[in-house]
Amino acid sequence: MNTTRMVMKNTLRHPLRNILTILGIAIAVSAFGLLRTVLTSWDAGIEAGSVDRLVTRDAVSFIFPLPLAYADKIEKTEGIDKLCYLNWFGGVYKDKQNFFPRMACQPDRIFDVYPEYVVSTQEREAFINERNACVVGESIAQQFNIKLGDLMTVEGDIYPGKWDFVVRGIYKRRDQNTDGTQMFFSWVYLNERLLQDAPSRANKIGWVVTKLKPGTNSAAVSKAIDNQFINSSAETKSETERAFNQSFFESYSAIFTAIRIMSILIIGIILMVLGNTMIMSTRERTREYAMLKALGFRGNHLVAFIAGESIIIAFIGAIIGVGMLYLMVLGVGAVVPKQFFPVFFIAPSTYIISFSSAVLLGGLASILPVWHNTKIQIVDGLRFNG
Amino acid sequence: MTTAIKVENVSKTYTRDKMSVPVLNNVSIEIPEGEFVALMGPSGSGKTTLLNLIAGIDRPTGGRVSVQGEDIGTMNESSLAKWRSRNIGFIFQFYNLIPVLTAYENVELPLMLTPLSKAQRKQQVETSLAIVGLADRMKHTPNQLSGGQQQRVAIARAIATDPNIIVADEPTGDLDKKSALEIMTLLERLNKEFGKTIIMVTHDPSAAEHAHIVRHLDKGDLLPEGA
Ligand SMILES: Nc1ncnc2c1ncn2[C@@H]1O[C@H](COP(=O)(O)OP(=O)(O)OP(=O)(O)O)[C@@H](O)[C@H]1O
Ligand SMILES: [Mg+2]
Repeated sequence: MNTTRMVMKNTLRHPLRNILTILGIAIAVSAFGLLRTVLTSWDAGIEAGSVDRLVTRDAVSFIFPLPLAYADKIEKTEGIDKLCYLNWFGGVYKDKQNFFPRMACQPDRIFDVYPEYVVSTQEREAFINERNACVVGESIAQQFNIKLGDLMTVEGDIYPGKWDFVVRGIYKRRDQNTDGTQMFFSWVYLNERLLQDAPSRANKIGWVVTKLKPGTNSAAVSKAIDNQFINSSAETKSETERAFNQSFFESYSAIFTAIRIMSILIIGIILMVLGNTMIMSTRERTREYAMLKALGFRGNHLVAFIAGESIIIAFIGAIIGVGMLYLMVLGVGAVVPKQFFPVFFIAPSTYIISFSSAVLLGGLASILPVWHNTKIQIVDGLRFNG
Repeated sequence: MTTAIKVENVSKTYTRDKMSVPVLNNVSIEIPEGEFVALMGPSGSGKTTLLNLIAGIDRPTGGRVSVQGEDIGTMNESSLAKWRSRNIGFIFQFYNLIPVLTAYENVELPLMLTPLSKAQRKQQVETSLAIVGLADRMKHTPNQLSGGQQQRVAIARAIATDPNIIVADEPTGDLDKKSALEIMTLLERLNKEFGKTIIMVTHDPSAAEHAHIVRHLDKGDLLPEGA
């Protein structure tokens, strides 16, 4: 007989009650974890934005294109290493639900600017040399079962018509934070067709991404770029990719504040559920605790017995909850809107917080029962009848 | 003969909802070592209260309780707890066994507070259960035992640490005649064979017959011996 055994035996005393409590905690922990995963994935999306890449776009709005000639001027700016311009293509692949970013770009430059998208040399060569080639991210390839050599037909919306692409590359993600859901094809392919069908829209670029030389002051370069186009018909706004991501998400911050508040409320729920169970269980045992105290057991023993039980229940709940969270994130991750969550995974901190807060809440939930049973006089405890 | 327990002018008043209820008035009693004393009296006369004061789980409002020469009123809570674990064995009317523990584990409980090794503990538990005649029921939980057997487990628990004094509050109060007799025979043996000082509260005259001294309480007053 030792404290651990005593705690285990007491924990198994009301199997149904404790299983329900554990399930309640598990559900709450998984909900807490899911909300946190939304928050951390969101942050990861912003953090994934590099601080040594600049995005230059139209100063008024992202939807206004820039003249093609800007690219050359930007490239000459001091501090710039590499550059690539892109156009947002949009369109529908098979079904409107299948959202993933599709962009026209410079095939010979895009992977220099985005080294986190990893492609083999052969794939890269094929992409550069074939007019209507495209490269897709591994996540997209997996989701839609796309293989090298497949034909992808996209129904244009911003740029009407049917567009056919041949898949010549599938890029790998350099790390977990890398977005694996993009599709790139050649800007020249887009522009050729615009020159024929809608000449007024040709020779325009959506935005320019530049990679800075190491140690360059991004603010100074941004300013230098934007100054070149001041008082022109299309003034520009340059900022780091991370700042760009941040401003893009800014309007949703209220939702995320709400999520934060909800996750705190869930912790409160766990405390209530567990506290309630512990109060019930220990109340029934008031006479036993009084007997133990008569035998010479003291406050620290009661703390170990009661808090031990509470923490075990919370911990088992947390283990099951985190397991459920894992399955949920697998499921939800597949359907989560990619424009907000290019990456969606459980951050290590979520595991740590889930388990440590379970232990902490287990301890907190036992405070009242411990206090009651240590304070009550032995003679009163022995006379206690439910 | 040395005095095991000395109660001097003890009074006890409970205060409930601002009402003072006097329960014991100036009670004095000396119990020599190795005695077997029965406390009798009507319900509410203060028997349990007096027993609890002697056992050190309650404190008097006035007067002094000394056990084996020590004034237990001067001890703080934690030294009193330690003192109880060494000197007092408790037997309750409703056994107060822990239902999820086996007979063996219930008896082992008070030994958790001693520095004994696992093997020594095993020895103590097995001996105690053998004394009460339950060596073959060690793995049983309380609900697999009869009331009399449960009370015997409780007695084994009370003697596991080998205390000098045993307090029993209506140990046969919840038992049929036959089981009650078994329990009383057992207590008598503990007193005779093992020299335990026993103070027992009881309503049952046939249980009291097993004691050497019978004292009566009435409305908080301890009546003179032989009354
Ligand atoms: N912890 C307590 N708080 C308040 N009043 C108490 C407490 N313990 C006992 N009393 C009161 O003190 C009086 C004596 O109680 P006690 O339990 O000592 O009687 P008793 O002789 O053991 O009675 P019984 O034969 O019914 O067990 C009763 O009126 C009881 O209500
Ligand atoms: Mg009583």
